[in-house]
Amino acid sequence: MEENVIISLKGIAVDYDGERVLNGIDLDIHDREFVTFLGPSGCGKTTTLRIIGGFVEANEGDVFFDGKRINDLPPHKRRVNTVFQKYALFPHLNVYENIEFGLKIKNVPESERKDRIREMLELVGLMGFETRGTGQLSGGQQQRVAIARALVNQPEVLLLDEPLGALDLKLRKEMQVELKRIQQSMEITFIYVTHDQEEALTMSDRVVVMKDGNILQIGTPQDIYNEPVNAFVADFIGESNILPGIMHKDFLVEFAGQSFDCVDKGFAPDEEVDVVVRPEDIKVVSYEEGALDGVVENIIFKGVHYEMTVDSHGFKWMIHSTLSEEVGALIGMNILPNDIHIMHKSAED
Amino acid sequence: MKSKYSALPYTLWMVIFIAVPLILVAVFAFTTEDGSFTLDNISRVGEFTPVLMRSIWLAMIATVICLVITYPLSYIISRGGGSRQRTMLMLAMLPMWMNFLLRTYAWMTLLEKNGLINRFFALFGIGPFNMINTQGAVVLGMVYNYLPFMMLPLYSIMTKIDATTVEAAQDLGANGLKVFLNVIFPLSIPGVKTGITMVFVPAVSTFIISRMLGGGGNLLIGDLIDLQFLGNAYNPNLGAAISLVLMVLILLCMSIFNQFGDEEEMEGMLL
Repeated sequence: MEENVIISLKGIAVDYDGERVLNGIDLDIHDREFVTFLGPSGCGKTTTLRIIGGFVEANEGDVFFDGKRINDLPPHKRRVNTVFQKYALFPHLNVYENIEFGLKIKNVPESERKDRIREMLELVGLMGFETRGTGQLSGGQQQRVAIARALVNQPEVLLLDEPLGALDLKLRKEMQVELKRIQQSMEITFIYVTHDQEEALTMSDRVVVMKDGNILQIGTPQDIYNEPVNAFVADFIGESNILPGIMHKDFLVEFAGQSFDCVDKGFAPDEEVDVVVRPEDIKVVSYEEGALDGVVENIIFKGVHYEMTVDSHGFKWMIHSTLSEEVGALIGMNILPNDIHIMHKSAED
Repeated sequence: MKSKYSALPYTLWMVIFIAVPLILVAVFAFTTEDGSFTLDNISRVGEFTPVLMRSIWLAMIATVICLVITYPLSYIISRGGGSRQRTMLMLAMLPMWMNFLLRTYAWMTLLEKNGLINRFFALFGIGPFNMINTQGAVVLGMVYNYLPFMMLPLYSIMTKIDATTVEAAQDLGANGLKVFLNVIFPLSIPGVKTGITMVFVPAVSTFIISRMLGGGGNLLIGDLIDLQFLGNAYNPNLGAAISLVLMVLILLCMSIFNQFGDEEEMEGMLL
């Protein structure tokens, strides 16, 4: 695994106007991997991407590409290409000329240019759009041009900065699938920045969750979703019920006034912890059968499931269930040991 | 229907103050003093070809100098941060807030035989230089006075160039020079065209600058026209004819120039 590391960040720190926006980032990215930087706005994910692209200089730390330090290499000499957030197409050039730009700069012969551009237009489904001006394209089409313009240079790594942010939901979903397909057929590394957790989970091989200039967790989508390292990650990746608890001993936790069996261990005796339970992991049962009880306060139909808010002695549980209950009904709730996630208290609270 | 009526005052204004005067100029140009039709005035304009050529030549030089000075300056200012941008722009525009005549008088006192510049050089035992009443002084006056007209359109078009398009070009392998040639310059061409028009047209027809800084020996076409109406050569019919020819020449220059610019934009710029 270690030998195919293509980009390596070591202790990257960046300050803007005396404020630290990246706080010692360490990260290895492997060849042909789809890595997503995920986090709320201002978490440093775009800055990290721009460090790799060469548009931001790190105040501390080193960037390695294929084992060579590239801190001082200007963007035009790096073997990466970027798909920018607002596409940044050249308004004075048409679709063909936009895609041709990088090849012309590198003096690729005319006939080869033609072939490669045709290939790209096919890949992104824009055959027949060659002579269109960029102003005559829809958002989705502009995005495809931007992707083709970057990929035609056959970069080893493609950087994508929230590329689907400006598209409507349906188009986003289509483009997510398409980007994944492109990444697999081109066999190159994609580094993708987004604040949309669903997008991150759908497309990535690995997700890097960031907050306030720090990496909180790196892992596969399944890891991140099922084993979030702390309450922030749990809350950011999908919806969660987060409540305080006490870890009495290994495999036994107390929260919401009850003791539960769980699968976590290695905490100090009686340590105060965060307990995370996904809304879909709560089983609604009759009042008598439940380990917990509560009153249904609110029901919203969400399409695939109902989202219920249940008041249990002051704590509001969020529950996703395919069955609906009556508002005001008294219900019981059960949680399986596997579905209880125990986390150390985040340092900040 | 409503918009038709709301445009009426403007239509009236244009007819009275633009169309009618233009027609009057044309009528004067083609008539004699007593009002009968003639082509003499137009044919006499040929006598002044050297003056006309000099006007166009000096105006062209001044335009090019303005472009060369303001293009990098506009770019630097447009890339600067908010408050710095405003301050620098204001400083560049500051001379405009002073009276045109005053500015030109100031240059007279600077450039004179016993002017400030020559007196400064005299301290080191050099000079005096012959600066006033030369074509150079006229060009200097034009550049100084019309510089802001070049700068404003350039600056405003450059602030519209998105910084991410520059980054995109760098990302695609373009170094500083190639970014300039392939992105910044082609995107700034509309501003260049406007700036050239706004400097060249007033410069070619100026008469104050040439009279004050050029002396009697560097008469421009503007001075000639002025003489026909207010000078002792009083002949409004000839003056009108020169104006008309000048106008046609400027229109011709501009349309040729704009044609040329369009092609440049599409073809010649990419590498």
